[in-house]
Amino acid sequence: MNFLSLFVLVPVLTITGILFTRDLKGARLVSAVGMGIQLLLAVFLVLYYLSIRGAGNLHEMVLTADYSWYPSLNIHYFVGVDGIAVAMIALTAIVIFAGVFASWQMEFLSREFFISLILLATGVFGFFISLDLFTMFLFYELAVIPMYLLIGIWGSGPKEASAMKLTLMLMGGSALLLVGILGIYFNSAPNGGAYTFNILQIAKIHMPIAAQRFFFPLTFVGFGVLAALFPLHTWSPSGHASAPTAVSMLHAGVLMKLGAYGCFRVAIYLMPQAATQLAWIFIILTSISVVYGALGAIMQKDLKFINAYSSVSHVGLILFALLMLNKISMDGAILQMISHGLVTALFFALIGMIYGRTHTRDIREMGGLMKVMPFLAVTYMIAGFASLGLPGFSGFVAEMTIFVGAFQHSDLFHRVASVIVVSSIVITAVYILRVVGKILLGPIKNEAHLHLKDATWSEKLSTITLVIAVVGIGILPLWLSDTILNSLHPIMERLTAYLH
Amino acid sequence: MDFRYILLMRHEILLLVVALIILMVDLFTSGEKKTYLIKFSLVLFALSMLIGFLPVKPGVLFGGAFQGNALTDLFKDILNMAVLIVFLQSDGYLKKAENAEKIGEFFVLIILTLLGMDFMVSSGDFLTFFVGLETASIPIAGLVAFDRYKSRSAEAGVKLILLSAISSGVLLFGISLIYGATGSIYFSDVAKNITASPLIILGFIFFVSGMGFKISLVPFHLWTADVYEGAPMNVTAYLSVVSKGAAAFILTIILYKVFKNVTELWETALYALAVLTMTVGNLFALRQDNIKRFMAFSSIAQAGFILVGIMGTGSLGMTSVVYFILIYVFTNLGAFGVASAISNASGVETISGYNGLYSTNPKLSLVMMLALFSLAGIPPIAGFFGKFFLFTSAGSKGYFILILIAVLNATVSLYYYLMVVKAMFINKNNHPIPYFRSSNFMRLSLLLCVVGMFFIGFAGDIFEYIMSVSHLLF
Repeated sequence: MNFLSLFVLVPVLTITGILFTRDLKGARLVSAVGMGIQLLLAVFLVLYYLSIRGAGNLHEMVLTADYSWYPSLNIHYFVGVDGIAVAMIALTAIVIFAGVFASWQMEFLSREFFISLILLATGVFGFFISLDLFTMFLFYELAVIPMYLLIGIWGSGPKEASAMKLTLMLMGGSALLLVGILGIYFNSAPNGGAYTFNILQIAKIHMPIAAQRFFFPLTFVGFGVLAALFPLHTWSPSGHASAPTAVSMLHAGVLMKLGAYGCFRVAIYLMPQAATQLAWIFIILTSISVVYGALGAIMQKDLKFINAYSSVSHVGLILFALLMLNKISMDGAILQMISHGLVTALFFALIGMIYGRTHTRDIREMGGLMKVMPFLAVTYMIAGFASLGLPGFSGFVAEMTIFVGAFQHSDLFHRVASVIVVSSIVITAVYILRVVGKILLGPIKNEAHLHLKDATWSEKLSTITLVIAVVGIGILPLWLSDTILNSLHPIMERLTAYLH
Repeated sequence: MDFRYILLMRHEILLLVVALIILMVDLFTSGEKKTYLIKFSLVLFALSMLIGFLPVKPGVLFGGAFQGNALTDLFKDILNMAVLIVFLQSDGYLKKAENAEKIGEFFVLIILTLLGMDFMVSSGDFLTFFVGLETASIPIAGLVAFDRYKSRSAEAGVKLILLSAISSGVLLFGISLIYGATGSIYFSDVAKNITASPLIILGFIFFVSGMGFKISLVPFHLWTADVYEGAPMNVTAYLSVVSKGAAAFILTIILYKVFKNVTELWETALYALAVLTMTVGNLFALRQDNIKRFMAFSSIAQAGFILVGIMGTGSLGMTSVVYFILIYVFTNLGAFGVASAISNASGVETISGYNGLYSTNPKLSLVMMLALFSLAGIPPIAGFFGKFFLFTSAGSKGYFILILIAVLNATVSLYYYLMVVKAMFINKNNHPIPYFRSSNFMRLSLLLCVVGMFFIGFAGDIFEYIMSVSHLLF
């Protein structure tokens, strides 16, 4: 039994366990235990990974295991991780753990809720450990479909329409992706021999440039839909606004990063030549994402919509950084994935908790919440500061690195794009400070809000887990950054071969 | 008589024997005892299915008119399993008072159509193929009109028999043109002499039109929804799975073996048919509320996906088609099983009638959801694997645009499958279908379907086995 496979096995066992429970108490207990184990495994994985690297193991991927699944098509269950994947797994484990506690009071069809939620997480974990395109795609689709039920059944507002829109757009993206993956497969042996889905093997060959040009956009857009690439981001605001708290956390926090990770690991890594040639198209689109998302956030009145647009902007920044195709900006991109994952999850958790008390998400109807629920208010501020990139929090490290990387390009096109994207920082500060000022500070606007209670223990546990991670990365960014930088070597070698 | 004959034709002979026994027993039972006939027939058929699994060496009979090999045996076994599941699901329907007199007929007619299909699957020349096809078609018309006092059922029966006769005529005309051009009806001889001459092209067009009717490809699909709607639910299930599966299989064999030297010719035709079938099937399925009409258009769209797989040619194409049909059997029968159970218990056959089903009948809703997700191709359910390999097959020939059209169609199909899921799980209903317990046979059949849907995708060995027997063909 391979250690990494535990990351799929534990959620599956947890789901099986929930099947035997009867009510909310049982379901949430089993989920908490299962995801607690998962979190411990993730911490262990991080330490284990560091010790392996410390011991001088320089393989691109470690902890690999390879089982043949469909021999005649050369499909394998092939898993392994590098520093980036380890970081993403840790992120997922933290967010899902926090998500379970954020759903502590899910009374309606609670067993079904936790099963769907953990099924979603199973897909995400499986995706991050996979090194075979087929397995990867399978887990990717597995992560998308529970979303329909999660939003459709437990959501709020126009939930059915949002759920349908989100599912169809994401599955449409995965449709493009399927063509891309098959295209990569059938071009994986240009010199004869067996075709393969194995990422590491495909990375060793040079796919014909004509094929790259055709399949790179398909793959990039396929994953890009999940990362809310403009103009395919429209599922994101409505979907996040309608989703229940834990789902918004997981979706904005992890799934959108999954899209970005896919763009990086599959599209750019396997088709670097097309990436260098076609990057400009996507740089334009992501620049629009960044600025448009930020402006959208300013215009919104609903807390969830604000954060959904903010996610469009921030994840756009991740894609933008990846497309800068240099080591520093990619390092920043990965840091931003982690940082934004944690911060957004924290935001959505807090919004869910505030909404549970005030029964409104309209910022015009709230005010002075600092006085009645100091714990939630302070945590909200921390999330806000991390999100706008205040030094000392994770956001600063990530954004700083991205922009340093982006300004390495001295040509006019990249310069203009970078300047436009940098301007989003100011807009971000505006919308975050505006929200903090309106809902947390000032006098209490609504009499009914005077008697609201502060966070319960499960909510505290949920948020503190995330805060620790956010602050931890902010204070000690270097070891994370080092881990990522080491893992960026192979992709950089491939890219530089085409760039210079 | 050579013992080898019996062994090679064991599926057919067994079916004939089973049908005759049921017919005889049916004659000597009456009144209350008739319901025992269901169990008796089931056991008898299950036995014959088990005997069919015995491995037998491949061989050719009647100078090449009948071929038995591992692939045809496998396919007949798949059909047998499908029919067994249909039989299990028919339990509730046959126990209704108005059907008590017709129990024997139901089994005999289905077994006889299956007999025709088995001959068709094994055919080595156009004559056996055609006779098999006709043997399969005529009892189906009887089955469709089984609810003889319901005008819709009778109408569907007449519609089917008339259109079926026309399509058979067209098919036969195509075959005769091909015979005229090549001088033989044997597949192997035709394959040698075939060229892209105008006569062959004309013959091919008629041939494909005739087959298109049987598999309900667009634009030959217009009968499908009406007949599916009029027929009893279990017969509809049979039509959409067994009848369609067998026709798709033999079409693949004939295209690969007989029309091998004119591959460009049929690939162009199939490309257009595939695009049309997927798109039209999907677009029409969007607007259906009757579950049978819905499944009719869904199955038209699925046939389009099969055509995409056929485009791959070679053993990969063959394997992906057979593998997909195998999965389709469990998937579609799972969906029809639930629909049939609900129809028997409450008479509801509309999607809007399913609103709030999960609150009263959670298990049935889950089975239905699994089946629909499998049809839509969502992992880890088997349908995902089936579809993925169909697309892989087309990809091996570089038809990436076709795959793109197909996957976008699959996304559209997800919408209407989700609408059913939405009805069951999300929509509110003050008077949902009350809780009911379906018969044990029905539960067994649904269990089989669920196991199939979960198991087949993960078991790479099944795919490898089909691959290894398909290799023998080429």
